[in-house]
Amino acid sequence: MLELRQVTKKVGAATHIEDVSLILESGSLNVLLGPTLAGKTSLMRLMAGLDTPTSGDVFMNGVKVTGLPVQKRNVAMVYQQFINYPTLTVYENIASPLRVAGVDKTEIDRRVRQTAELMRLTPMLKRTPLELSGGQQQRTALARAVVKKADLVLLDEPLANLDYKLREELRAELPRLFAETGAIFVYATTEPTEALLLGGSTATLSKGRVTQFGPTTEVYRRPADLTTATTFSDPPMNTLRATKTGDRITVSDGSTLPATGRLGRLADGAYLFGFRPHDLHLEPTATDTISVPATVAITEITGSESFVHLDAPDGRWVGLIHGIRPIEIGARVEVRLDPERFFVFSADSGRAVVTPPAMAA
Amino acid sequence: MSTGVTKSINLNGPAGTLPASAAKAHGFVAPPKVRKPLHLGWLVMTIYLTFLLLPIYWLVNMSFKTNVEITNTFSLWPNNPTLRNYTVIFTDPSWYNGYINSITYVVMNTVISIAVALPAAYAFSRYRFLGDKHLFFWLLTNRMAPPAVFALPFFQLYSAFGLIDTHLAVALAHCLFNVPLAVWILEGFMSGVPREIDETAYIDGYSFPRFFVKIFMPLIASGIGVAAFFCFMFSWVELLIARTLTTTAAKPIAAIMTRTVSASGLDWGVLAAAGVLTIIPGALVIWFVRNYIAKGFALGRV
Repeated sequence: MLELRQVTKKVGAATHIEDVSLILESGSLNVLLGPTLAGKTSLMRLMAGLDTPTSGDVFMNGVKVTGLPVQKRNVAMVYQQFINYPTLTVYENIASPLRVAGVDKTEIDRRVRQTAELMRLTPMLKRTPLELSGGQQQRTALARAVVKKADLVLLDEPLANLDYKLREELRAELPRLFAETGAIFVYATTEPTEALLLGGSTATLSKGRVTQFGPTTEVYRRPADLTTATTFSDPPMNTLRATKTGDRITVSDGSTLPATGRLGRLADGAYLFGFRPHDLHLEPTATDTISVPATVAITEITGSESFVHLDAPDGRWVGLIHGIRPIEIGARVEVRLDPERFFVFSADSGRAVVTPPAMAA
Repeated sequence: MSTGVTKSINLNGPAGTLPASAAKAHGFVAPPKVRKPLHLGWLVMTIYLTFLLLPIYWLVNMSFKTNVEITNTFSLWPNNPTLRNYTVIFTDPSWYNGYINSITYVVMNTVISIAVALPAAYAFSRYRFLGDKHLFFWLLTNRMAPPAVFALPFFQLYSAFGLIDTHLAVALAHCLFNVPLAVWILEGFMSGVPREIDETAYIDGYSFPRFFVKIFMPLIASGIGVAAFFCFMFSWVELLIARTLTTTAAKPIAAIMTRTVSASGLDWGVLAAAGVLTIIPGALVIWFVRNYIAKGFALGRV
């Protein structure tokens, strides 16, 4: 079990990590989700012991390890860049943590070959890393992390520099590889989809703070605040400003709608309605809808779906529309929304007030 | 070749608006559209090499001649080739000791310089500390003063410690300009190694010394080679400090060569043979680092 207690890291005047408290259970899979510069790498470096927190403490299995050098902790880390020892062969690269630990020679050989088999590196054992493809290089780095049987495995966007096919393949394998070691597995990523595919628990990061931590699907379905919801949505969540007075809700373009259902139970005041791109429709749907006028700015077609970027009264919205449809740029469209799908955030604090039920589909 | 140059001037001359560097670059990339087949390339190269190699050839030529032939006739090659000059050097201790002395202090200096520069360069490459940039630049300024400036203080200082006429004195004195140079070269090579490799090694459990020797030094092996070469070279060719700090026991070969006027006049042939033998070590060392030498001249920053 790894525990961070009110950990803060400052470098000069800049605060990289601010007041983070987390408890990661042994054998658990944890995703750190956040945009670039959110502090994912900084947090991992603190967990590993490569950096010492400015304030706060780190505990490993109840023992305080703050300030303990990384050599004395049983940690493995894989970077986004393919980091191996270029002068050593793949075999020696994988064997390196075992050699330093003084493991018996035959045992090293057995474990290196077993890990190489697992990572499909057996034919490359005699080569040096620079003679390998990017995917093989990263698999070598991963093999070095696997072979060590570390208590804490930190993967910092390990698949970001790999091509799509390989990424999907490794993403499916990785949790399985580390699951049997009983290690605390931490995986940093910028992509919400990747977090959902990995499952486990997710901590969303924004500007050096952990905005929410919990089971991945739970964080996705019930974000605690607007920042978390925006982080955990790709493209980011769309927002609509609204004010509730009595049984009417006024949205920012001036139109009103009846406050019914879940929205009816809200107290009077200012709110931000959030909705995900796939809940934005350009045609009337079966469910109770409201409509907001908008202008098409850009359309991106990705296979069988289209992303439509719209200039709406509350700034830029993005909709995920099924099928490829000829939508002209500059066209005026009516955006249909289902209030039942709204995430409702307090306009002042950004805290979530109401979250929609899980989609049946 | 000459037509290419003319063409570039014609292209850029009238325009007159391009900055000099751009014009140069432009002239360099502009493919000559109509170009007569030019067979003069070899001629230019031959003339160039002739001028470059002529003094060296003349030295080798002289080293195989007798003194009579050198002083009395003009011949393009030795008429009566002789090995006497070389025999003199390899049999007379006052000659061959010069080589032994030189090589001793040069090797000592190279080892000291690299041993001192490695940790210094690592610090400059990996850590930020107060005044690091200024200190780094100040190091290089040590190379900017002529050695003569330091001859007197060194002489005084080493006299006080009884180091005069020892190999160590010269080796230490040459550190003055070789350590900064080695630090600069090594820092360049080290900065080319991602910091994450250091961290990965620590995560794997390597202690700093073990990581430095087992992982890091092999990574910058070419840099160490180039730095060692430069230290060797500069120490080998330096005469003034080496001569000031030695009298007999550690006298360098270059100093011996400047004092070979005997009662019978100058021994031209022996002097030429000594010159040839002095060139050889440098040529040998450069052979080992020939692939990295350009990067070394750029202080590892290519």
